[in-house]
Formats: sequence, structure tokens, C-alpha cells
Amino acid sequence: MNMKTEQIELAHGSGGRLMHELIGRLFHRHFSNSYLDVLGDAAVLPEQRGRLAFTTDSYVIRPIFFPGGDIGKLAVCGTVNDLSMVGAQPLYLSTGFILEEGLSFSDLERIVLSMAETANSAGVKIVAGDTKVVERGSADKIFINTSGVGWIREDVHLSSRKVRPGDRILVSGSIGDHGMAVLSKREGLEFSTFLESDCAPLNGLVHTLLGRHHGIRVMRDPTRGGLATTLIELAQESNLGFEIHETSIPVHEGVRAACELLGLDPFYVANEGKLIAIVSAEEADSLLATLRVHPLGKEASLIGRVVESHPKRVVLRTILGVTRMMEMLVAEQLPRIC
Amino acid sequence: MRFIDEFRNAHLAYALVAQIKRQVHRPIRLMEFCGGHTHAILRFGIRKLLPAEVEMLSGPGCPVCVTSSTDLDRAIALSRIPGVILTTFGDMVRVRGTQGTLQSERVRGADVRIVYSPLDALKLAEKHPHRPVIFLGVGFETTAPGVAASVLEAEAKGLKNYFVFSLHKLTPPATQAILNAGEVRLSGILGPGHVTTVIGTDAWEFLASQYGVPIAVAGFEPLDILRAISMLADQIGKGRARVDNAYSRSVLPQGNHTALTIMNRVFEVSDAEWRGLGILTRSGLRLREMYAPFDASKAFQIAVSSSGEPPGCRCGEVLRGLLIPTECSLFRRVCNPENPVGPCMVSSEGACSAYLQFGDNEHEDRTD
Amino acid sequence: MCLAIPVLIQEIEGAEAVVEIGGVKRKISLALTPETKVGQYVLIHAGYAIGVLDEEEAQETLKLLEEMAAYADGTEDSKELNPA
Repeated sequence: MNMKTEQIELAHGSGGRLMHELIGRLFHRHFSNSYLDVLGDAAVLPEQRGRLAFTTDSYVIRPIFFPGGDIGKLAVCGTVNDLSMVGAQPLYLSTGFILEEGLSFSDLERIVLSMAETANSAGVKIVAGDTKVVERGSADKIFINTSGVGWIREDVHLSSRKVRPGDRILVSGSIGDHGMAVLSKREGLEFSTFLESDCAPLNGLVHTLLGRHHGIRVMRDPTRGGLATTLIELAQESNLGFEIHETSIPVHEGVRAACELLGLDPFYVANEGKLIAIVSAEEADSLLATLRVHPLGKEASLIGRVVESHPKRVVLRTILGVTRMMEMLVAEQLPRIC
Repeated sequence: MRFIDEFRNAHLAYALVAQIKRQVHRPIRLMEFCGGHTHAILRFGIRKLLPAEVEMLSGPGCPVCVTSSTDLDRAIALSRIPGVILTTFGDMVRVRGTQGTLQSERVRGADVRIVYSPLDALKLAEKHPHRPVIFLGVGFETTAPGVAASVLEAEAKGLKNYFVFSLHKLTPPATQAILNAGEVRLSGILGPGHVTTVIGTDAWEFLASQYGVPIAVAGFEPLDILRAISMLADQIGKGRARVDNAYSRSVLPQGNHTALTIMNRVFEVSDAEWRGLGILTRSGLRLREMYAPFDASKAFQIAVSSSGEPPGCRCGEVLRGLLIPTECSLFRRVCNPENPVGPCMVSSEGACSAYLQFGDNEHEDRTD
Repeated sequence: MCLAIPVLIQEIEGAEAVVEIGGVKRKISLALTPETKVGQYVLIHAGYAIGVLDEEEAQETLKLLEEMAAYADGTEDSKELNPA
């Protein structure tokens, strides 16, 4: 294959020489590790004792490059974080690509490099993969699926069923950054901002937290649907009520401004590098301290507590000191004009 | 954020609430005309701060909510014309006509695009010179001048493929209709701050002189709303009726002359159908004859039969202040954002949607 | 009704302006407020500035409210002022 090829063609997915060259020169080159390099039909992994966690996610984000990241980085972080949220140490990832005919080779390489870099910094290995190419129009540039397996330490048991009245609710940092950074680039809603996606692998942070704090009941990352949706899900699962203080939820000024401009509520905007942790009251302060010392938790905040009243509902104490409910949105927020 | 955060100061908000409590001695009923006010009042929890004597009713000031089913059907018919790019503000895409929604049309292959501004639609028209780009003009006097300006710009650029489908409406006639109907006894009206930025407080004088109803024009931050309520309480207490301006940083007696001129240059007043209020004379805007080349209703032949409300839908009563959303038997159980029956539930400015999103009558913790 | 946001005019080019709020910038049209100058605040709605903000009036309003609150602070209403 001519590595100066500018675009992905159908032949790159057909199983023939072009595909092998693409895989070798691009995927294997950048993802290289001892499992992948064996080149078998499946990765053969070492024996593990203990519980494993397994997850999968597909990424179809637009635009594929945004301030602070790209679809590749997102694909690695998303799966790494899902594993981390159940208390698993992420070990191995697979990646499946569906490429649209006509995708520029340099874009693809940029994404693959980003994935490799992210996987490296997260300490995970990409050990299996697949590539398909579909006709122009059958996919929107690139879709990525990542699946991941992780290992859970014996003494770690996180579950929303462990949540108790009196527990405290913490968030690891500012919310709404990812969603607004992505929107800032989307056609038709362009505004120049310095907002960056918070996309980041959280496994290092989680490892630190779980190593030090045994009072953590459950963790969840507030991705699609934002902080509010995730809190409501947790309240429903735990069958308890949550009381949240609006003034303690960290939101960057730029995110607030962008939300005001578009009539969006930052509490429902996606995050890709934050976590919610519910912890026993006794450990709340020390957990907060641990978070704040970590680079990914510098703006961590205690945002509320678990209560017995209004089970399954999340009540927000507004900036005026009175309460109102937080409800699930049905579908994605639409920019509001009137 | 300047001019926003200062007007969300909790301490000053409580002071205003305390003042309102001193001013109100008997039950008063205020209509917040604007969907934006309903939204803000619920979002910040202002309802809970107010003394029980103050009853707030929401009105017909939600341009999406008052778009009739027939007009929605017309918009859908336009979207089905081959080659058309139908551009619209976000909220409109989930409102149901008899044929479904613009969202469902998009799923079926219509080119329906959400835009932030008519200028985005203009850009699309320039980008696709061989395709008609129709902008769905929904909104009151806050929005109409901008849409008018976009028509003038299209004219100046010699664009032949930019069209506006005007469903614009005027707010004073709707307010009049509510008062004329006499269905609700209102002590006062919380006036729309951004509409009035355009039309000016003078446009509301008729409320005081013809109807003896006090109005306080309010902005949308908590202090703006509370200040306006306090001004109304003061007027009501003294038996006065005049136009108060609680949004003086933005609203003038004469409004925005340039905006009004541009609006009146492109649009003329016509009758319009308001969901829940019926056809109100001289309450809508249509493009003037000389701008016919930009008028989607003239450029495209669409035949749509008149339709009524979905069975059981009581949006009309909500819009007229006769019903609080929670009093509608369809609320939440049958009619909810997932499955909206009427537009009050679809639009984020609709009273029903706001009540569902923020309001909760089971959870009381008033401060008094 | 209708969402309109106060923003600062940073640059003007013909009938267009670059506006800023909270560090976020956007391009909007000044067709409805042609007399606007750089450094002024305007309310924007659907891509257009619909009115100029009177900063002095805003300060006046806030001052009035602060005076009222200070007066109330000194009376028996003060216990109402911080329910949270």
C-alpha cells in the first residue's frame, strides 16, 4: 500500500493486502504490546484470580476532533472509566473500527495515535481489534467500539445497594466541560471558547481512592445525561433520597456562559473525566482531601447527602436556598431560544 | 457573568421577599405572561419563597405552546417538499401536529435542521443555492425583528432561495384576549421583559387605562422577578393600575425603535390562530406583499386541513391561566416529555414541562 | 420570554460584532442596534442584539435593593433573611 494514501478505501476493509498493510503499519505499530504482537485470532491473556469486570461501549461522537480530545481518546477513556467505576483495575481493551470510505488517512492516524497515547497513560493494553470499511454515506467518518476487561481486588465491593442515609455525595470536579467543548465545535453552534473536554482516564484516581478509603459505597461517572441524570439513577437504584446543594456544584464560568447562551442546563451536560462518589459520612472529609490532592480531583466538592425522605428522588437546594426536584430528561437537551 | 450573577443575589432576594410579605395583605393573583418567567420561577424555587397569598398563574407567552396544530401540520407539509431544507428553533421539533412532529419527519428523511438564528438559515441558503431553505418563524416581538432583518439581508444579497414561514405573534393582543375573556380574575400581570425591550412599556399602557390592571415588566433573574412582584403588590395595595418598569436596565418607554421599524417594514399585522385562545384578530405577523418572494406560505402550495386539539388535551386552559399543570388529569401519567400530548409539555418554556422538570407539590418547605 | 443574554461588545465589523460572556465569544448581528459601541453591553437573542444595557440603571437598581435590604436588616425582618 502506498502509505501516502490519502483516504481509506473499501479495499482497506476487505481482508486483502491493503487491509493487512493498514493494520500492520497503523494499528499494530501504534498499539504494539506482547499480546497484540502475537497476531493470533484472539488475544491469549494470563490467568487471573478473582472477579473480572467486563464492559463495552461504542463511540459515534461528532465532531471527531474537539478541544481537549478526539473520538479515539474518548473511546479509550470511556471504557477505562466504566471499568474503574465498578472498582476494577482496567487491564485489556479491544477496539473495533467502522470506517467510512473516504475518511482521510491522516485523520485516522491522528485518532489511532491518540488512542495509543491514552492507553499508555492509563496503563492499559489494546490487545485485539477489528476494522471494517463501509461505503461512503453508510457511516459518519468513523465509529469506534471498545470493550474492556478489568480485575477487581478482593476487598472491593461497590454497589448502589450499599448506600445509606447520612452518606455524603461528592463530585470530583467541574461539570459540563466535555459537552460544552464539543458543542462549541459543532456546526451551527460555533462560538470560540477556551473550553476543553475533561476527557481523561480515571483509573489512577480510583486506584488511589479505593486504596485509602473503605467507606466508598459506589461510584459513577456522569457521562451522557450529565450529573443530574446520574444522580437520579443512583437515587433510584439505592431507593433513597438525595439532597444536593446547587452552590456546591463546581461549574466553570465558561461552561455557565455557554449554557446561558444556548439555554442549556449544565447539570445535564456530559462529562468524560469526572466521577461521583457516595461515601460514609465519617470518611467524607478525608475522601475530599484525597481527591483534591490528585490532578484529576483538584476541584472536587461535597455536593450533598443521602436521606431517607423522598426515596428515589433528587432534591436540589437552589442558589436561593429553597428546594426543587431534579428530574430525568427524556431526550437530549435542545438549545432553547424561547 | 455580568448583569446575571448580581441579579441572583440570595440576600437581596430574601429582602425582596420580606418586603412582599409586608405589602401583601390579601390573596392576589398574578399572571406571568411569559414561559420564560414560569421557567425561572420554578428553576430558582421562587414559588416557594413567595407568601401563600401570592398566586402565580402562567400565561400564553410560550411561542411554541401557542402554535396551533394546523400550523404545525403546515410546517410538516413544507418539510416534505422535495429538496427543501426546513430550519427551525430547537423546541419546535418535538411539537405534535396531526401528522407527527418535525423530528419524526426528519427520521423519515426530511431535511429538518435546528438553528440558533435565522442567520444560520441564511448561511445555509447561500451554501445551497439550488435548494429552498425555509425558516420556521416562531416567536413574539423579541424574535420577529431579527427574522425581518434576515429577510432584508436576503434581499440585499439577492438570494432567491431563502423563505420565512411566519408564525410570529404579538403579545399585547393575547393579553387583551385573556382579560376580555374574563375567565380569570387577575390582580396584576408580570410583563415580558425581552418583548418589552423591543416594544417599549408604552405598548402596555392600555392595560392600565382600558382594563385597570397593573403590570410590572420584569427581567428573568430572581431579583428582577421579585422586584416586579413587589411593585405589583404595591400597586394592588394602593388600588393603582399603571405600567411599572422593573427591568429599567434594558427596557425603555419607547422600546427599540430600529427593531420595530425593521419588523414593521417586513411584516404587517394579520389575524392568527393561538392554540388555546382561538383566532385572535390582528395578533400575528405575516410578510408584506413586497416581500412575497421570501414568503414560504406564498411560494409553496400546501393544503392542510384544519385540526383541533388532541383529545383530552387541556393546554388551552393552562395557557389561559385557568388550570395549573398538576390539575390536568393527563399530567405526568399520560402526558409527559416522553409522550407529550400537547405543546405545553414539549416546550421547555411550557408550563407543564416546567412543572414536571422543577415543580413538586409533595415536597414543601416554605420559609414562612 | 425568549432567552436573551447580556454580553459585552468586544469588536465591531460593519453590522457584526464579536461579543463575550464568561470568556465565551460569539459573532452576532447589530442590525437591530446599529448605534452600539465597543465596550457596551447588549442583550442578544437568536443571533441579534435586541437592546443596549444601561449599566448605570443596573447599578441604580442594585443600589436601591441593597438599601432596602440594609433597612430591613435593621428591623425585625432580619430573621427572615436567611432561611437556608
